[in-house]
Amino acid sequence: MDLGFLLDPLQFAFMQRALLAVILIGLVSGVIGSFVVVRGMAFFGDAVAHGTLPGVAVAYIMGQTLFLGGLIAGVAVALGIGWLTREGRLKEDTAIGVVFAGMFALGIAIISTARSYSVDLAHILFGNVLGVSDTDLLIMAVCGAVVILTIVALYKEFLILSFDPTLARTLHLPDGTLRMLLLVLLAVTVVASLQTVGVALMVAMLVTPAATAQLLARRLHHMMMLAAVIGALSGVVGLYLSFYLNIASGPAIVLITTALFVAAFVGSRLLGHAEPA
Amino acid sequence: MPEIAAMVNHPPLKTALPAAEGCPALLVEGLSAGYPGARSAIRNISFAVQPGESVAVLGPNGAGKSTLFKAIVGLIPHTSGYISMYGEECAASHRLIGYVPQYEAIDWRFPVSVRDVVMMGRARQLGWLRWPGRRDWEAVDAELERVGMLAFRNRQIGQLSGGQRRRVFIARALAQQTSVLLLDEPFSGVDAAAGEEIMAVLESLHDQGVTIILATHDMSLAASRFDRLLLINQEVIAYGTSAEVFTTEALSRAYRGQIGIIRQGAETVVVVDEHGPAGGDNGEG
Repeated sequence: MDLGFLLDPLQFAFMQRALLAVILIGLVSGVIGSFVVVRGMAFFGDAVAHGTLPGVAVAYIMGQTLFLGGLIAGVAVALGIGWLTREGRLKEDTAIGVVFAGMFALGIAIISTARSYSVDLAHILFGNVLGVSDTDLLIMAVCGAVVILTIVALYKEFLILSFDPTLARTLHLPDGTLRMLLLVLLAVTVVASLQTVGVALMVAMLVTPAATAQLLARRLHHMMMLAAVIGALSGVVGLYLSFYLNIASGPAIVLITTALFVAAFVGSRLLGHAEPA
Repeated sequence: MPEIAAMVNHPPLKTALPAAEGCPALLVEGLSAGYPGARSAIRNISFAVQPGESVAVLGPNGAGKSTLFKAIVGLIPHTSGYISMYGEECAASHRLIGYVPQYEAIDWRFPVSVRDVVMMGRARQLGWLRWPGRRDWEAVDAELERVGMLAFRNRQIGQLSGGQRRRVFIARALAQQTSVLLLDEPFSGVDAAAGEEIMAVLESLHDQGVTIILATHDMSLAASRFDRLLLINQEVIAYGTSAEVFTTEALSRAYRGQIGIIRQGAETVVVVDEHGPAGGDNGEG
């Protein structure tokens, strides 16, 4: 068998870095994305991704690392929505809508002051995984490790909080702190992933692999492992697709996750109908 | 001697143990909760439940049965009053109460197995940063055995019937190593056969010395299968045996006249005409 098809792209250093990046991001977003899916936070995840834009834009214009700017903005969005909705003062989707649109507009307004407006905006919105540097990779690895280790350490508490918030309160778990921590972990993941698929498609990395895994798994930690594998696999396949067909890498990765979801959905429906009721 | 020791070791905070002699399993003193004047607010509720007793809490829709339970487990703050379990102040006694609420809000598609759900009850015994070990899974299986659900332990929770889900949540409450169970309308939304299975589980737990406090609309079940009845409507109307509670005076006070009592020899039939929304009776279907 000729492995040249798989090995040829790897003679380029930028492809090696890109491959590592999509694997890392696929793994982490599958794990945190499982919480996004079971808790019904897809819109929230999308808002955090878009809400990072002002921070990324400012960092970009000032020539600072995009990661720090994005992280500050992303965490601010997460905490802001959490604050607006505490004690039911505002419905969550309303708060998300307001913060999401406001931050996104602010981000685009800031970028529009830069000279190379359209190119810069495209990179930020849709990602540029081929431009990942060694520093970016290091940041992704550290963020990914922090997110996954935190989830492993607090898995049973996050599970209780997600399945049955009433139990979390009667057990006297610090539910407010745990909820905020989950939002911050989500923001960290989103910001670390921005370069791979970009702001606009980030929600697909969070939601689609986890939604696919939920169709196939009966327990949350199984779903997480499966989503991580699906996320990483989609990243690798999408990257090769992008290399050989010369299409943008972010959309290629997302299209693979979508194709896997459709296959799992149709497959589970067919199997589900085959089972006796 | 114990008294002297207690006096010397002042302050007397959280020193009582569940086995403390003579303390009721649950003591509620002058409890008020909910917005004053609002439907289902409760005021000045006092009663005591002895260890091993079974008590049915009765009252019309909006009488505050759920509010009372939520106040006892600390889900809503109480505006005045005092709750203790085995003589211990309730704020710190999460391990002593097993609360089984009505659970309309659970997402039954959630990827958890029956065992996972029961394991949630052991979170505090496990402590932070620990994953369950073999001994914990064995303890979970033992609780599932007590409610007759061991054979279903690897099922996804949504694959169970309504009555089976209730029994799993009872097992989860037991996994908190509690000796007091608080059940809010466990028979709502399940058919008669499933309700009877739940009742059989509760009676076997009662035989094992578990204290059971259960809110229900089913008066005949309350009268025939529970040690004591607590009739409330915002405040305590009557508390005692069915003969003491099922009086024309108490029932018409609780149900505001929408009631008729027919006596035929030893048989007593209570007819309740409950108008208004049947809000307490919606199950998950």
